Amino acid sequence: METRRIFGMRILPRFTSLTKRGIAGWMVLLGSGIVISIVVMTLIAPWISPHNPSALNVGPIRSPPSPQFPLGTNHLGQDMLSRVLCGGAIMLQVSVLSVLLCLAIGVPIGLISSYVGGAVDKICSLVTDSIYAFPGLVLAITIAAMLGRGAVNMAVSIAVVYIPSYFRIVRSHVLTIKELQYTVAAKAIGAKWYTILFRYILPNVVPSILSVATVNFADATLTAAGLTFVGLGVTKDIPDWGWDLTDGRALLPSGAWWVITFPGIMIILLALGFTLIGEGLSELLNPRLEQ
Amino acid sequence: MGLRSYIATRVLLTIPMIMLLLTFVFLIVRVLPGDPVLLHFEKAASPEAIELMRHRLGLDKPLLDQYFAYLAGLVQGDLGKSMQDYSPIAQQIFSAFPATLELAIYSMIIAVGLGVFLGVRSSKSYNSVQDHSIRVFGIVMYAIPIFFLGMIFQLIFGVVLHWFPTGGRIYPGMEPSGLTIGGIHISTGLYTIDSLLEGNIIKFLQALRYLFLPSLTLGLVLCGVFIRLTRTNMLETLHLDFVTAAKARGLRERTVLYGYAFRNAFLPVLTMMGLQFAALLGGAILTETTFSWPGLGRYLVDRINFRDYTAIQGDVVFFGLLVAIISLVVDILYAYFDPRIRL
Repeated sequence: METRRIFGMRILPRFTSLTKRGIAGWMVLLGSGIVISIVVMTLIAPWISPHNPSALNVGPIRSPPSPQFPLGTNHLGQDMLSRVLCGGAIMLQVSVLSVLLCLAIGVPIGLISSYVGGAVDKICSLVTDSIYAFPGLVLAITIAAMLGRGAVNMAVSIAVVYIPSYFRIVRSHVLTIKELQYTVAAKAIGAKWYTILFRYILPNVVPSILSVATVNFADATLTAAGLTFVGLGVTKDIPDWGWDLTDGRALLPSGAWWVITFPGIMIILLALGFTLIGEGLSELLNPRLEQ
Repeated sequence: MGLRSYIATRVLLTIPMIMLLLTFVFLIVRVLPGDPVLLHFEKAASPEAIELMRHRLGLDKPLLDQYFAYLAGLVQGDLGKSMQDYSPIAQQIFSAFPATLELAIYSMIIAVGLGVFLGVRSSKSYNSVQDHSIRVFGIVMYAIPIFFLGMIFQLIFGVVLHWFPTGGRIYPGMEPSGLTIGGIHISTGLYTIDSLLEGNIIKFLQALRYLFLPSLTLGLVLCGVFIRLTRTNMLETLHLDFVTAAKARGLRERTVLYGYAFRNAFLPVLTMMGLQFAALLGGAILTETTFSWPGLGRYLVDRINFRDYTAIQGDVVFFGLLVAIISLVVDILYAYFDPRIRL
């Protein structure tokens, strides 16, 4: 496979080669297409929304989709189209921030702990294994309940849940690579530990981290939606797909399907986009799985 | 290593894990910014009221004393007192637990049943349209927020078609009481079992009707993992000689698939059932909230809305212990079925 080198690391397949890589390549392309469209939509939403997404009573209450309000209105008379267009901002921020936190904490801990070995490694493994075994959403809910509302707090509580996944994948790779001849050779010629870790070992772990991170984006999106659903989301004044779903639950008996359907589809699309990229990447980067 | 010493080692390994978890939960509630008592009152209480609550909940003691009191309480099955009415949390959790257990059991049956069935079909027709559509189904299920799927089911099967109830555990007043033989009362708290013990088919069918949508929702979301796992393992197994031999002997396809190949691919599914139990409990929180199912998850969300931090702590500790015990049991079962593990 053709790969692009960044700082000497083999990072991503070239765009042109993706279409020739069978289903996995198309999955990455389709997933990226979905995610990029949603990001662009969210960025330009303030200019293309027909109404202010938070303004009350811009139309009749709970009106089904009509030419004037293509996606209907909710129980506060807010325009659902504007809310769907603007509602991705929080979810995107939370998922990006939580993945960055995971990368910044999980990867270095995994690298150092497994390289140093011994008691440090045992303790780190025990701690991450305990977190890993715990139901993720329960843990995220507990931390979010204590930290209080806000996008950063949501991101932190989600990151705590997923750091162990990064730790484990990095650790398992380092334990293998550490024993390989080229690492031993590097040590023999007197390379410093950080040179070995970051120049020799890290580049080989990057592909696996990438595929974990993309799937993790999907998990973070869904967890963020879940946190909002149990009442721990960002304040209600900001349009958010998660809140629209939560509010829409009370409207179900009246049969107002449009209030939940469109924000729900957006969350699915976002999570699906990330999942497709992650699945495709892991197949492209670990060709053995394909066989 | 014999089975007995394997169990001993495994139990010994579980203890530090549980201790860590208990400490972690204890610290989250007390050390993270935000005093639980102040958060509970939302600044709308007199200093005396705040002091009184701190005192009654033991939150005015030094951290270390609190920690030991908390551990000592746990050993005796005491999960602390609720901030709302100082009632014992353990009692509320034990009364909510059967509802969650029942939902978990039926969801697991749906997830494993559907997952194994689709996984076997997928591997049988490797790289065909059927294989790819099953794979797409798995990916889409993974990306659906569980409560959204639940709400769609409520909308279609409850609000529009009126086939299934949209919430609750059983028709109010219909709760089965179990069986009393010779003065001994047997009641599991699982409505489908209690109604059968009572010999009341109508209650049993009602309980199933109420269970159907919540467990289908949770089961569908979890089945993706089992599809993938079964497919991968079956693809490996189907190439093995004993499968070819079984085919060559002219056995029916279903016998070869399920009686021979899947038997070999079953152990990973068993392990995954244990691992997925944690995910199941997480999913149960959202499913229970969607369907007003009176279990542990709904209790947790309820307590969050009341800012009842001691009850949140108790509930989370219970969740943690449950998961630790289940994974211990699964590991032991695994070692029993597959002696290689014990080596």
